[in-house]
Amino acid sequence: MNVIASYLILAAILFCIGLYGALTKRHAIIVLLSVELMLNAVNLNLVAFSRWGIVPNLTGQIFSLFNMTIAAAEVGVGIAILIAYYRSRGSSNVRDMNSLKR
Amino acid sequence: MEAVYAQYAWLVPLFPLIAFLVLLAIGRTANRSGPVIGVIATLASFVMALLVLFEQTAEGGMAYVWNDLEWIRAGDFVLAMGYEVNPLNALMLVIVTFVSLLVNLYSMGYMKDDPRITVFFSYVALFTFSMLALVISENIVQLYIFWELVGVCSFLLIGFWYTKPEAKAAAKKAFIVTRIGDVGLFIGILLLVWNMPGHAIDFTNIGNAFASGDISGGLATLIAILIFIGAVGKSGQFPLHTWLPDAMEGPTPISALIHAATMVAAGVYLVARTYPVFEASESAMQVVAIVGAFTAIFAALIALTQTDIKRVLAYSTVSQLGYMMLALGIGAYAAGIFHLFTHAFFKALLFLAAGSVIHVLHEQNIFKMGGLMGKMRITGWTFVIGALALAGIFPFAGFWSKDAILAEAYASHPVLFWVALITAFLTAFYMARLFFLVFTGQSRAESSEAGHAHESPLVMTLPMILLAIFSIGAGFFNIPGSDRLAAWLTREAPEHHASVLVMVLSNVFALAGILLGWLMYGKRTIPQDWLSARATWLYRLSYRKFYIDEIYDYVIVRPLRVFGYFLHLFDEFIVDGIVRLTANITLAIGRAGTRLQNGQLQTYGLVSMLGLVILAVAFVGWRFVINAG
Repeated sequence: MNVIASYLILAAILFCIGLYGALTKRHAIIVLLSVELMLNAVNLNLVAFSRWGIVPNLTGQIFSLFNMTIAAAEVGVGIAILIAYYRSRGSSNVRDMNSLKR
Repeated sequence: MEAVYAQYAWLVPLFPLIAFLVLLAIGRTANRSGPVIGVIATLASFVMALLVLFEQTAEGGMAYVWNDLEWIRAGDFVLAMGYEVNPLNALMLVIVTFVSLLVNLYSMGYMKDDPRITVFFSYVALFTFSMLALVISENIVQLYIFWELVGVCSFLLIGFWYTKPEAKAAAKKAFIVTRIGDVGLFIGILLLVWNMPGHAIDFTNIGNAFASGDISGGLATLIAILIFIGAVGKSGQFPLHTWLPDAMEGPTPISALIHAATMVAAGVYLVARTYPVFEASESAMQVVAIVGAFTAIFAALIALTQTDIKRVLAYSTVSQLGYMMLALGIGAYAAGIFHLFTHAFFKALLFLAAGSVIHVLHEQNIFKMGGLMGKMRITGWTFVIGALALAGIFPFAGFWSKDAILAEAYASHPVLFWVALITAFLTAFYMARLFFLVFTGQSRAESSEAGHAHESPLVMTLPMILLAIFSIGAGFFNIPGSDRLAAWLTREAPEHHASVLVMVLSNVFALAGILLGWLMYGKRTIPQDWLSARATWLYRLSYRKFYIDEIYDYVIVRPLRVFGYFLHLFDEFIVDGIVRLTANITLAIGRAGTRLQNGQLQTYGLVSMLGLVILAVAFVGWRFVINAG
């Protein structure tokens, strides 16, 4: 078996766990964490391809660095929104966030 | 002599039409002036009709036809509208406008307190218009149009008090039953259009074609019978007579109008108008005569036991119409028209007098009346005149016309003559019964209103007096020996069948009927239940109108109801089921759609992901299939 396959399988498992968490968990913070998990699975893919891909180069690693930065910023914004939401509605349950319906 | 007024005969129906439109436009706001408009319009029509009639009766009066208004042109078939004036038309115009005028006048009093009086007068105007237009119609299709319009108007007027369920039912019945006859007439018209040379369907050409033998034999019989079916429906002949007594639910002036001048006269008029068709077929004439004679005695038997004052009169109308049909059927054309002419006066009179009684008492059961002669002198005396005229007592109008029919029947059909004679006896008897129960003896009224019964206002008594004068005098237009009416109508010297024996016989029978009525209901030397106690079933048979309504109910109405019920089930479950299924499927799809739109971001995410997965699987599967294939 190719070396890259084990990395890709691990990334796929991580992505699925993240997806499952993002779609099912009630607490908004956990949903955010799950999203981070999915991003990390992507990072793992990028790094794996930059080392053992068909044309290995550094672009993949640089992309993953960018990704991490953006993920950090995203979490910062996400947490800020959640806090604001909690203050106004008194809840951090995802099921209560159904105002899209209206 | 140049026909001057005949050229303007179209004005006669125009006045009521204008009155109808005006009344329709002003509506209920003119409850005071509305009736006046109706009366003025019919008065104008009456004057015009009189001028037309005088012109026709004058020396050398000519028939006048105008038919230049082309309506339909299809291939070689041309249908032109127009009008025709001949002695029969002119006479009918005068009868209709005269009775209509008096009914209008009478209604001003009778309907005074009705909130829809303007609507009433507009209907009456439309009714008069339809009948007049029917009378001067130049071809049979035009006649058919107004024929139906007459039917619609009678529907509207019988159901005028539409809050009463009986009135609604009676209106529907009148419309549906006459419609059965109309279908016959319509088929007859279609046959005429097909078979007439050149598809000419104006009355002149029809008359010529049948008289010259262009159409004869079985076809002529068929057409004549079909036209007669139309007349049977309209004129309340057996077996389509059931609507006429029920039509009593309408206001009484309307009963007078329907029974004397408009609706029922239309049937007799139709037969008279298409008389050459009947003359072309011996068997059709036989049918007309037999149906007429049977209806005459049949309706008279029913009238013996009815308790509603208007129903007795209604059955007497059916009976008298039978006389007219009998006359036409045995070839006594002029006698039939003569009877139509005199009957219009005394029947209108009887109805208006009955209406006057009902107006005062608010009661229609004759066993709850009595002793009205002292309180309502004019009504009483005019009723006597009408009843004597109907019974055919010398020298009232009914005597002359009935005698003309009887004399003709005596000469040609002895059996039908005896039927007619017995009918005359029955007629006299039930009219005597009616009179003695209502106007003599003690008051049997339950309500307190009978105590202060009083004469009706002048606007109601005046028409009755005028009609009474004609009920006495109208017969002298055509007394045996100087058959002016017959000579004028047929434009040839009539044959004389007058017989002193017949005159004596008819008077003896009528007087015997009156005597029996007086003994039973006036002097009461014979107990009233003398016959009904001995032959209960006979009495019951007559009282329940020979169960005709029940028979129709069981034989026709109920099976049709059952059939209709099945159709209803089919409609309910099969047709509606498909419709509802379609609706429900759409609704279910919509429901599923709304369930998705719940505002839950996680659900949206899940659905998008599922969609993506399906797309991916489909794409890969497709590629797989392509590659494998």
